[in-house]
Amino acid sequence: MRDLLILGAGTAGTMMANHLRRRLPRAEWRLRLVDRSEKHLYQPGLLFLPFGDYTESQIVRNTRDFVPDGVDFIHAEIGEIRPQDHEVALANGNVLAYDVLIVATGCRTAPEETEGMLGPKWRVNIHDFYTLDGARALREKLASFPGGRVVVHVNEMPVKCPVAPLEFTFLADSYFKKRGIRDRVTLTYVTPLSGAFTKPKASKKLGHLLGDKGIELVTDFVAERVDQENDKLVCYDGREVPYDLLVTTPTNMGDEAVRRSGLGDDLDFIATHKHTLQSIDHSDVFVLGDATNLPASKAGSVAHFESETLADNILRHINGEALKEEFDGHSNCFIESGDGKALLIDFNYEHEPHEGRFPFAFGPMKLLEESRLNHLGKLAFRHVYWNLLLKARPLPGISRQKKAPPAAAK
Amino acid sequence: MNKNLAGTDLDVNEEGYLTDMTQWTEAVAEAIAAEEGVGPLVEGHWKVIRYLREQQAKGAALTIRGMGKSGVVTTKELYDLFPGGPLKKSSKIAGIPKPVGCI
Repeated sequence: MRDLLILGAGTAGTMMANHLRRRLPRAEWRLRLVDRSEKHLYQPGLLFLPFGDYTESQIVRNTRDFVPDGVDFIHAEIGEIRPQDHEVALANGNVLAYDVLIVATGCRTAPEETEGMLGPKWRVNIHDFYTLDGARALREKLASFPGGRVVVHVNEMPVKCPVAPLEFTFLADSYFKKRGIRDRVTLTYVTPLSGAFTKPKASKKLGHLLGDKGIELVTDFVAERVDQENDKLVCYDGREVPYDLLVTTPTNMGDEAVRRSGLGDDLDFIATHKHTLQSIDHSDVFVLGDATNLPASKAGSVAHFESETLADNILRHINGEALKEEFDGHSNCFIESGDGKALLIDFNYEHEPHEGRFPFAFGPMKLLEESRLNHLGKLAFRHVYWNLLLKARPLPGISRQKKAPPAAAK
Repeated sequence: MNKNLAGTDLDVNEEGYLTDMTQWTEAVAEAIAAEEGVGPLVEGHWKVIRYLREQQAKGAALTIRGMGKSGVVTTKELYDLFPGGPLKKSSKIAGIPKPVGCI
């Protein structure tokens, strides 16, 4: 009996368990899946929770409900990964040996990385929405917010779902309009990049959205510290942005187990082959989802496309065949633009988001364009996630590799 | 798109970033720096430029944090050397792609 071990039962790890249990003979392969949590969080829902649009019961389920028969779920904290010994030590002292390891330990927010972010005013007037606790606290804060300066901030790249902070800003504009206090709120978006939109086609097509919604933009801003005493963000070049409510996206880092194991870079992300998803340093270790150092978005759709290539490659690896250099950085995301509308973007390592139709030549959805249909698509996606995506069932019309953009969009 | 700088024909994108890092020379860097209002380039600039080109050639992700940790330059010094937009200006002068988000 050989052992395949998956670390992390988030989106990526759960999909791999489902793919591989179907494809590896039960008599030959034992599959084990480890996670510190018994709850599975639908992370895209965290964007909506602060505005009261989703309840917690809609976005949290039991992890075991998505673990297929024939996979042992182990509820434990990971201690250390030891690739040279082909084993993983759990924090409880147990040691799991493996023949093939899949690391899907994701990423986390690390507010402690920025001076002054954590402190007496953390979750008083400094909030985040990338964690369930944070989104919940922000919902309470927003409900009683009387008006003032709201600053939405990205601390440093890369961050999970990189467009979510901008979506949050658009949704906040709608939210304050609905509450009838938009005229008492200023909205500012602060980014370390050169703009809210950094790619030419998106910038040309969507650049007007900020001005239309009265959102102020501060660019090239790397926060040296948060000045809690005076309620302002301070940039390394001396610029300051004052706030009454700061909604920050803290630095994102890989799991602490990656650091403990000495397997990551400065941000604890693991060096991964960008087309095969094999670890650069260890041939029987594979990495997918947010845990990699790939120049792809840290997003569920990316993990989904990666999982299809990786399932094939695990079988090839086991059979001693050459791996497919297939993963192309494909990413596909709905982007809330506020007022009940959304955009849809589709891109990969090579092609920036472009116009066109999706998923079929006739649509029904349009790329890089605001519509109500896209918004409904984003809401419907929650059901797709629970019922198809996590179980690694095919999504109609959606291929793992990106379809080339139409010539007209060039 | 084509552009001639310092007597060299260069392939650039619509924002003036080199699309082929092998076309880069130190004279090209000086010329881009002048256009960006940076410089004259001193040893501090060159250390950053060389670091960026090495990292890019290795396929590593470029972050301000990585630069700070590498000991090449602190983030504050980076702002002093490339005022207004340390990452976007230093990458343009180093002849590598601009750091971008997903849209």
